[in-house]
Amino acid sequence: MGTKTNGWHKELHLPSERGASRHIMEELLDQLATHGWPQSDVFAIHLAAEEAITNAIVHGNKLDESKTVHVVCRVSSQMVRIEVADQGPGFDPKSIPDCTLEERLDVPNGRGVMLMRSFMTRLEYNTTGNRVLMEKQRDPAADAAAE
Amino acid sequence: MSTHRRIDVSAHGPVTVVQIVDKKILDESAIQEMGSEILGLIEQDGRRSLALDFSHVEYLSSAALGKLITLDRKMKGHQGRLSLCSIRPEILEVFKITKLNKVFDIRKDVAEAVAALDA
Repeated sequence: MGTKTNGWHKELHLPSERGASRHIMEELLDQLATHGWPQSDVFAIHLAAEEAITNAIVHGNKLDESKTVHVVCRVSSQMVRIEVADQGPGFDPKSIPDCTLEERLDVPNGRGVMLMRSFMTRLEYNTTGNRVLMEKQRDPAADAAAE
Repeated sequence: MSTHRRIDVSAHGPVTVVQIVDKKILDESAIQEMGSEILGLIEQDGRRSLALDFSHVEYLSSAALGKLITLDRKMKGHQGRLSLCSIRPEILEVFKITKLNKVFDIRKDVAEAVAALDA
């Protein structure tokens, strides 16, 4: 754990309780700032990480206090990689209906994974569907827009 | 007079402007509390023209989007109108990605929202 010359990484187990992302989020956001990520990317990574951790706690572990969520974060100036794994049975991400279909626009839930996919460069679930890997590559265009 | 923790309420003629106090609409209990306070304006106080002011909001989760959809449905069910305004660009992008900009009436700022709701 800690900041290295080639970036920062942290690994921890979160309790399966609402709001547990606070144990990692502030440090993650600090590290994104330290590594010079522009505000628009910080927003995107924050959102994706929150959604992934909330999904793992609420839908994966179903708030079961005997289960934890394993989180691994790596931040460098060019790449962010976040893995979130729960101890639930997993799910098929392809089974989530497209929330942008006209007939589903007013359905209150089911947007988290779609937002994660939109805001990150890469998003992959394992075969079981209880571990998600997300990456974001630094976008020079976002840097230029922030200047 | 109701006491609110998550919102500040002010009257602009027939329009009620609801400023969301929290910078982050993230925590489930905070989302529920915010939703209940706004729902109280609709169902208990009978307000029918609401402008939700997002100028303080820096971040929101998909759960918050869900709550906004529920509130919009409630308002439409009461033949009322709900507008969202002063949304920062990053959050506006969330509405565009999810195509919720088609569901909500989104206005640039409070003045534009009030003018639209008062029309």
